[in-house]
Order: sequence, then C-alpha cells, then structure tokens
Amino acid sequence: MSFLELQNITKIYPNGTKAVNETSLNIDNGEFVVFVGPSGCGKSTLLRMIAGLEDITNGEISLDGNVINNIDPSERDVAMVFQNYALYPHMSVFNNMAYGLKNRGISKEEINNKVNDVAKLLEIDQLLTRKPSMLSGGQRQRVAMGRAIVRNPKIFLFDEPLSNLDAKLRNQMRLEIKRLQRQMGVTSIFVTHDQTEAMTLGDRIVVINNGVVEQVGTPKEIYSKPNTKFVAEFIGSPQMNLFNCKIENGIAHIADMRINLNNSANIDDASLGIRPDDILISDNGQHTCVANLVEYLGSDMIIYSKIGDQEFSCKLSSKINLNAGDTFKFDISNTLVHLFDNTNGSRV
Amino acid sequence: MTKYISSTINHFILSIGLLIMVVPIWIIFASSTHSSLFINTNGLQFFLGDNFIDNYSRVLFKQSGFFNEITALKMFLNSFVMATGIATLSVITSLMAAYGLVYFKVKYATFIFWLIFITLLVPLELRIMPSYIVMSKLNLVNTFAGLILPISASAIATFFFRQFYKSIPDELLEAAKLDGTNSWSFFIDFLIPLSKTMIAAVFIFMFVFGYNQYLWPLIMTTSEQYWTVVMGLKTMYGSISDRFAFVIMSMIPPVIIIIFLQKLFIQGIFQNK
Repeated sequence: MSFLELQNITKIYPNGTKAVNETSLNIDNGEFVVFVGPSGCGKSTLLRMIAGLEDITNGEISLDGNVINNIDPSERDVAMVFQNYALYPHMSVFNNMAYGLKNRGISKEEINNKVNDVAKLLEIDQLLTRKPSMLSGGQRQRVAMGRAIVRNPKIFLFDEPLSNLDAKLRNQMRLEIKRLQRQMGVTSIFVTHDQTEAMTLGDRIVVINNGVVEQVGTPKEIYSKPNTKFVAEFIGSPQMNLFNCKIENGIAHIADMRINLNNSANIDDASLGIRPDDILISDNGQHTCVANLVEYLGSDMIIYSKIGDQEFSCKLSSKINLNAGDTFKFDISNTLVHLFDNTNGSRV
Repeated sequence: MTKYISSTINHFILSIGLLIMVVPIWIIFASSTHSSLFINTNGLQFFLGDNFIDNYSRVLFKQSGFFNEITALKMFLNSFVMATGIATLSVITSLMAAYGLVYFKVKYATFIFWLIFITLLVPLELRIMPSYIVMSKLNLVNTFAGLILPISASAIATFFFRQFYKSIPDELLEAAKLDGTNSWSFFIDFLIPLSKTMIAAVFIFMFVFGYNQYLWPLIMTTSEQYWTVVMGLKTMYGSISDRFAFVIMSMIPPVIIIIFLQKLFIQGIFQNK
C-alpha cells in the first residue's frame, strides 16, 4: 500500500463544473511528485482535496493507511505553501511559524527550539521579530516554507509557490526546495503550470489536462515517451513540432515530404511529432526548407520554417551560420519521431 | 517657488477653516470664565475672565435637576457608562454578526445582511414606543441596561466589519485551518487583531452616538439619578456662565476618546482604500 493513495477521485463543483474526473494515483513515502498542467486543469483542486480544503465528490483518499476523506484539514497532518504565501499579517515571523505548533499544545521551549532551528535552516533567523509586510517576496516565501517545515508534517503541499517571484529568485528557490526536500525526505506534492519547474523538481510528474491525468512518469519518461499528444505539446521547450499527416504503409505524408517510419502503420489522420532539437540539420539532408525567422538565444538559435502550410521550429547551435531567408537541409530520423492518432490523441 | 505659494494658499484656507471651527468654542470658553452678571451686561467675551475655578467647580458639584437630586459630575458618569456600554456592545455584536455572515455557510446570508442593513431606516426615534414597552416589561426602566440595550446593535458597524472580512483573502483562513485553528480561535487570533483599527473607528463612532443620545434617556429615565449630560444641557442651569461651563465640559469626554484612539481611528477609516 502506498503512502498516499487517490482512488477514483472526482470533484464536481455545485455549479456543475467537473474539475477532477476519476483520478487515481499512488505516491510513495518520501517522493517528490509534481502536478503539472495548464491553468484550470484541476491540478490545484486535486491538491486542495488532499489538504482537505475542498470536499471530495466521489472517491477515496488515504494517507499512511487511513482514509482521510472526512478528516478535518487540521488533523490530516499536512502542510501547505500557498501561491501568495498567506502569511498572517498581524503576527511576527516567529509567531507565523509558531502558530501551528501552539495549537498542537507543544511546550513553549520546544516551539522556541523548533522555530529557531528551521529559521536557521532557511536563513531567516535574523527576521524572526519582523512582520510579513516588512519582508521581500523571497523572504516571505521562505517564511511560508518555514511555517510548513516547522510542523514536520506527513506531506508538504506546494500550490504554485514560485509564481510570484522574479525569474532569478525563482530558480534559486527551486533549487532550495529540491535540496530541502531531499534533506528532510518528506513526501511532497508540488503544483505548477511551468513545465521547467516540473521537469527539474519532480521525481515523478503527473500531467493533468481537463481534470484527467494524461500521464504519470519520471521527467525522462515523460519527455522521451509522451503518452498523448497533449503531453507531447505541453512538456518540452520549445514546444514539440506536430505535423498533421496521413500514414500509408509506414510512410508519413506531410505535404510533399515523405518520411519512412519503418513500420506498417496505416492511419488517415495522424500527428507526427518531432522535438525541435531532434531535427538534424546537415548539408546533405534529404529535405529542404526556407528559414522564415531566426531567433537568436545566445548558445542556441531557433529557426521557424514551414512544410506545406504547417509551421515548425528547429533548435540548433548558434555557431551555424544561418539567416532568415536562407534555405537549409535537414533530416528527420524515424527513431526520434513520436506518432499520435488524432482521433483520440494517444500514442501509436 | 510655486510649491511654496501653493502650500501657503493651502495653509491659508486650512487656517480659515480652523478659525471657523475654533472661534465659537473659544468664545464659549472665554465667556464661561466670567460671572453671569458680567456677560448679561457686556455680552459674549473673547478674553478670559477670573471666575474659571468658581464657575466650573460650582457646576460640577452643585446639586441640580428639577428636584436637586443630581450633580453634573454624576451626569458625566452616567453619560460615560451609557456611551461606553453602547460602543462596547455594538463592537461585539457587529463583529460577531459579520463573522457569522461572512465565514459560515449561512443560508440566505446576503438576505439576512440586507435585513440588518434595512434597520438603518428604522432609527431608535421611530421605534421608541415598542422599545419602551419592551424595556418596561423587562423592568429595565431607570437602569443602565435599559439605556444601553436597545441601541447596542449597529447595522452600519456590521456593514463595515462585513466588508472588511470579505477583503481578507480566503487563503488566510485556509492556512490557519491547516495550522489547526477552529472557528473560535480564528475569530480571536485572526479577525480581532486584524480588525483592531476598524474596532477603534467603530468604537469612537458609537461612543459619540451613545453620548449624544437625548430622546431615549429622556423617556427611559424618571429618576434624576440617571440623567445624562445631554439631558442636563437641555434642562438645567439658569445662569448663562454656568451653562457655558457645562457646555465646555460636555465636550471633553468624546475629545479624550478621540485623542487616545486617533491614530487607530484614522487607519480604520482608510483601511479599505
């Protein structure tokens, strides 16, 4: 039995919106799982149901062997870091962190020790007497984490905690969250819409779309073998190219381009996916295209081009000399492509 | 240079406003320090006289009223008890009413709120007969409870607190829930400290409102022992300098309250801006 088990969880809001649909998931003790998906996909709802902040319409959640559907959030022993931190504005940093402990009837001395230890760990021990309004965004973030850590809960829940920080701080906090989670070994669930965060943080990633889990797997599995067209498009930056095509006897027809897939598939309406960095550009490539636009990114550049009327992009080293308007030759290797059936979006 | 000119003009306008407010009060104060005879013969005075201590101590300690049963000092005490009672109870009832309406799943909460709000259209003066009958049946005529209770719930204060609670992000409650708070401790540990400034503002409003009550205490009290300052202003003191001295003293309690709560009061009024 897993540490946290979700069984056929469904959430229907009173107005009839189905936010989460028949979701089942097992999470092991100590694991760092990331829920990722576009906004409004139900990932936050799922997290809030685990926290106990939303009722569960259907299904069962069990934590550490106990069903927690009807257990009050305060008794679930979960801690949550909110997107806007939700610090208590009238309490000092110390009291923000100590409040949950006080409610558990822990002795003053122990609270003191715990808060001080965690404050040192997060390097906020100089700020303990300040009010949240006197802190910077990054410091507030640390206090919010400290408030969660100090309680030593069974599970950490993070609800897009980095989205209010600037890019530099976000990377820094991301690393720190990862380091802390490793160090403490507490099971964590992190919700984000940012696929980079998902890829870098998670031991496992759960890709959610329209209230349905599209794929669960390690970052590597999800990147290299996306189960559905949605996952293929959502994970990876720049986005995977998807060409609408017809496949006859294992040969994909994209406009007047032919790609031999080395199988015997026959699909009328398919999508052929290839990551921009998997397109091999060489002088003796089979296919020829014109670069419509070139984006220079420093070490890399991205070339936008078209096959027939379908746009695609390729990513290559900026050492290659290629300008907008130039023609270039490339190959698409059949070992690097992903094939999806357009009728149901699933991988072939 | 233009900054200097505009600041001068601003101060000039403000000074005029200040004079309009202060001069009448000053004239009353200056006149109250002369003997009645002097004012009756010479009119209102702008400069201080030498009867200050005589007049004020006489007014404070003289037995007065129709039956000479009460001193001004006792009236101040009565007014203070009444105003403090009304202000305190209004704050408590409206804090709790707003808490119930905003944070609990009350059916028809909005409807109930508007019902409360509509009572603004029914001031005490309009319901004075039924209120009197209720109080007299409860044997509360000639008691402080009778003076205070019918005015101890305020729709406007409930409205202020409700709007303020609505502006508090839900996540605060959710974070507190995960930290193990219950409905009572959320009220005590969060809502009350967060609405501190607003409590001060409402307290001042309701204190002044209670202090200024005239008709209700007039009807509710038959014993002079329960007379309030405002009733005293109307009914007592024949000599003109005594009246002026009483007027000046009657202003002091609200002013003291405002001075002490001024900072919180201003923050409270501008809380939502």
